[in-house]
Amino acid sequence: MTGEGGDIVNFDNVGLRYGADREVLSDVSFTLHPGGFYFLTGASGAGKTSMLKLLYLAQRPSRGVIRMFGTDVITLPRDRLPLFRRRLGVVFQDFRLVPHLSAFDNVALPLRVSGVRESELRKPVTEMLDWVGLSHRLDARPATLSGGEQQRVAIARAVIGRPDMLVADEPTGNVDPEMALKLLRLFEALNRLGTTVVVATHDVHLLRKVPDSLIMRLDKGRLSDPTGALRYPPRREARQIDDSRTLGDVFR
Amino acid sequence: MKRPPVLARAVARSLVPFGGSRAAALIPQARLSGPMPWVIAIMVALTTIAAAGGLALSNLAQTARGDLSGAATVQIVEPLKVERDRQARAAEAALAELPDVASIRVVPETELDAILEPWLGAGADGGDAVPVPALIDVELRGPATDARLAALRGALRGIAPAARVDAQSTWLAPVFAAIRSLQYLALALVVLLALTSSAAVLLAARSALGGNRGTIEIVHLLGGTDAQIARIFQRSIAFDALVGGAVGLALGLGAIVVLGRQFAALGSGMVAGGGLGPLDWLLIAAIPLAGVGIAMLTARLTVMGALRKML
Repeated sequence: MTGEGGDIVNFDNVGLRYGADREVLSDVSFTLHPGGFYFLTGASGAGKTSMLKLLYLAQRPSRGVIRMFGTDVITLPRDRLPLFRRRLGVVFQDFRLVPHLSAFDNVALPLRVSGVRESELRKPVTEMLDWVGLSHRLDARPATLSGGEQQRVAIARAVIGRPDMLVADEPTGNVDPEMALKLLRLFEALNRLGTTVVVATHDVHLLRKVPDSLIMRLDKGRLSDPTGALRYPPRREARQIDDSRTLGDVFR
Repeated sequence: MKRPPVLARAVARSLVPFGGSRAAALIPQARLSGPMPWVIAIMVALTTIAAAGGLALSNLAQTARGDLSGAATVQIVEPLKVERDRQARAAEAALAELPDVASIRVVPETELDAILEPWLGAGADGGDAVPVPALIDVELRGPATDARLAALRGALRGIAPAARVDAQSTWLAPVFAAIRSLQYLALALVVLLALTSSAAVLLAARSALGGNRGTIEIVHLLGGTDAQIARIFQRSIAFDALVGGAVGLALGLGAIVVLGRQFAALGSGMVAGGGLGPLDWLLIAAIPLAGVGIAMLTARLTVMGALRKML
């Protein structure tokens, strides 16, 4: 289910301020297509984290309109938001793993919240942890994992449910270059399955590694869009999502 | 590079329940190590004792009322013994004729002497030195209403002018009033203890919420509903309340049995009417279950209230 024009997300003149302070985001307008790969960049304090909070429905804007999957999520009753959140995958900058759960249980959490049976989740969770190189740490608690390992668990948790949109905040910040590349390939594979990917990063090298990606640059809370391509992106055929395909099918 | 896992679209798109031990594991289960079960145990024990007291008093009052409701006393207040005895005999004969009277018993003088002996000494009523009224116990066919008492007075007016007719329940009215006050007190105690238990659960739930805020936010952002998250806390608190309730019930029952034996040893007819029946025991046994219900409801309302502050 996407919007009228097949859009995943549409921001229209969105502004955000915390309390009585000045706006941390001002007049932000853009559209995310299904199957798009977007990098969100900007200096520290530019508003990237605030923008991501709006994208993963942790925050309502102070003004403007946000439509997600064709629905105005600003006026949506809060008891309907969980269904939208279940269509998102989020990699938090600080990982936000549940401290007393094992790596396996952390990755299984979105599936359990969504009602997947225990018998159905063991295989995908084990394989996902194997993919991120943590098959030997299934029972490890986050406190016993290194920063990079925690980050990989966080990424595995975000993608395990094959979300419609993946939002990742500095997802490769704590891993070595080889693992960073591997994780980026995972995001690309998900993207080829139809998942819209938004990655906030400082890493300029990362931007060059996804040729078809679009760059959203924030500067002091304003989205730089000199050509209007982000607000009015050229129409292109929406990528059809084929639920029968798996990550393994698309990965080359 | 190794191929990624076979990752099918697995996320169910419905607000299905999320419960069970897997859900409960989301918050650390410090079962029986915190104060909650013991607070609930004390509350349930006190509630059990208060409720048993209230029910016993209720039974006592009911039995006493039933025994006395149809009883009346006729006193012949006449200083001259000869005249007193004559009026008593005449009254007995007249009352026996009335259709509302079921039985009559003239209280023997020996019995009156025995009653008065502790105060007046032996043989005090040997003559007319201390004139003691003649007493006639009348059992009516129905409650001693004003109309029935008036009928008794009417029948005695001509033949026993010194007669005074009273319902026996009138003498015990202050006792019944005191029992009623004690019953209200027991009820108030039960309500206060329930409120205190709720307050304790509220504080425990808030503390658990505060200690697990990060986990709750994660579950919330992963699409967990308020009801799903509240259920996790309900389950944890229900377990504590169940264990605490069972311990409290055992303590309360122990106290009731000890008190019951002590009162039974008094041998008083009135106290014997305060025994607990099967329904009373059933009500007492339901107290811990009510405690679990109150604890779960309080936990749910507390958690839901806190979650509503999140987006």
